[in-house]
Amino acid sequence: MAYEIVKRPHVENFVRWSKFKPEVVVLSADLTSSCEVGKFRDTFPDRFFSFGLGEQNMLGFASGLAREGFEPWIHTFAVFIYRRPLDQLQMSVAYPNLPVRMVGFLPGITTPGGVTHQAIDDVNVMRGIPNMTILETGDATEVESVLEVAHKINGPVYIRMLRGEISRIFPKNEVMEFNKARVLSTGTDVTILSSGISTEEALRAIPALKEHGVSVQHLHISTLKPFTDPQVIESLKSSKYGVITMENHSVIGGLGSAVADLIAEHGIGKKLIKIGLKDTYAHGASQKYLLHKYGMSARNLIEATEKLMDKNLQISEEELSQTRVIDVHSTAKAEAL
Amino acid sequence: MSISKSNTQVDIEKIASIAHGIRHRVLEHTVKNNGGYLSQACSSAEILACLYTNLVNLSPLSAPLEPRDFVNVPSKNFTDYITGAEFHGKKGPDLDRLFISPAHYALVIYAALIETGRLTEKSLEKFNKDGTTVEMIGAEHSPGFETTTGSLAQAISQAGGVALARKLRGESGKTWIFMSDGEFQEGQTWEALSAISFHELNNIRIIVDVNRNQVDGPMEKVMSIEPLIDRIKSFGWDVDKIDGNDINQILQSGFSAKDKPKVILGYTDPAKGIEILKDRPDALHYVRFANPFEKIKYNNFLKAWK
Repeated sequence: MAYEIVKRPHVENFVRWSKFKPEVVVLSADLTSSCEVGKFRDTFPDRFFSFGLGEQNMLGFASGLAREGFEPWIHTFAVFIYRRPLDQLQMSVAYPNLPVRMVGFLPGITTPGGVTHQAIDDVNVMRGIPNMTILETGDATEVESVLEVAHKINGPVYIRMLRGEISRIFPKNEVMEFNKARVLSTGTDVTILSSGISTEEALRAIPALKEHGVSVQHLHISTLKPFTDPQVIESLKSSKYGVITMENHSVIGGLGSAVADLIAEHGIGKKLIKIGLKDTYAHGASQKYLLHKYGMSARNLIEATEKLMDKNLQISEEELSQTRVIDVHSTAKAEAL
Repeated sequence: MSISKSNTQVDIEKIASIAHGIRHRVLEHTVKNNGGYLSQACSSAEILACLYTNLVNLSPLSAPLEPRDFVNVPSKNFTDYITGAEFHGKKGPDLDRLFISPAHYALVIYAALIETGRLTEKSLEKFNKDGTTVEMIGAEHSPGFETTTGSLAQAISQAGGVALARKLRGESGKTWIFMSDGEFQEGQTWEALSAISFHELNNIRIIVDVNRNQVDGPMEKVMSIEPLIDRIKSFGWDVDKIDGNDINQILQSGFSAKDKPKVILGYTDPAKGIEILKDRPDALHYVRFANPFEKIKYNNFLKAWK
């Protein structure tokens, strides 16, 4: 399927959205253009604060600003939010339940920057933090509309954010809704739940599955915590053969684990296959290469469906929609990372 | 160093008596409970007495407050949580704020609040008792605390954020942070010193109890931070190095200011006033009596003390 490609939607959108919200301030740790807030800095210099390479301190400043009624929007790479300054995140921001918005770029294997830049267990870590809300963007419409969802939450919010060239999968007016999955197809054989960029990958395989007679229930998840959407529970119940989760994250502690919790808690008793990084780090390479190397591609979704149904569906490579190859040196990216 | 008007009105004897009261209450509590953060009271009593009486412009309370019972931790469903900042009085644009960073000084802070009429005297009976906010390590619901900084070096950044917010709003009040010297081993402290200086948050005042002791023993044996004054100065701060048990020096330094954020390094004696602490020089962080004889020794000292 050919989607509209939107270049750096956050750049203009964030400036537009925050224009009449004087309480919104941006905190950055030397990754301003990389996180698409260079325009915000230039437009509202009085609301932009540079902290250099010092994320622990930056999280503390965010706490202080939030305690005084400001709404800090931290922009940096996800690994420098949940991994490096975790104690500050927990004690200065999460414990007091402060409205700090943490916009984490480069989720999972979306960067060739390698293991240091790839946030592969951020959802796992963040799910365990009391008071935390976790949102994930899967296309340009969600990159745009996640701002308003986060803004309305009384407490800290972590966002898995996309940047650069992003597909618009969902119509621009069909905005992200808090704790509400998007039902992308309805069916009764298998239930597929995908999040983030894995939804685009799943959508490469699902038409072929349907062509071969599989009745697919497909939900796109953008709120990973809380995870209490009744639609999700109903979808898990209705699947004949079982459930497949697909996420740009470790199979431990992310969407797959959240679904496993629901299956057990509601006594649903369905088989579950979790597609994601199988308890491994990745390395620096293109998204397409990494999706294949680590078993997170459309082909792996076909195989998982076959396994659940105990059936060879004989779907050829040609039947899968084309992978959108993102140019690593695209002008939509500020730097090589 | 210039001495401001208010300093001339200071009753040095009154501050000294408050400092003595802090030590006395903490010693009494330590003897009664067979342990406590006693040396911190010895080292910081004059600093805290000066902060609460003269240096920090806090709004007065009409009467000492009762500590509240603990209800719940902050969450989306419980937004009405208690803040220990209420013991510092009402906030105001021209008033100062005081952040206590080393949360294990809680007992000493509570004693200081009692001595300065902000916390009821019997509150210490609730110390470390289940269901109260008078916790052993202060959190933001505990009397005198506004942040949760038992994991050290996090108050400076949060106070930095508060000071930045106040600067954006054009408030004239200062933001004070009471710190311990061990926190200068943490990288975050230096990140914060850089950021506060870079963002010209010149209304920040940090006063440090440099007692040169930490959990494992004397800092010079664990991880030296000297020369601290030169290190902090090189980050763009105005720094004074003073005798932190000398009330005159504390007040003089506290009232003087340049157009920079300021650190006051108060070098203190962790056995000040309770000299028998010197018998256990490498184990000052938390005083727990090794045997009944030691307890008797401290009890005798307490009884003989006025």
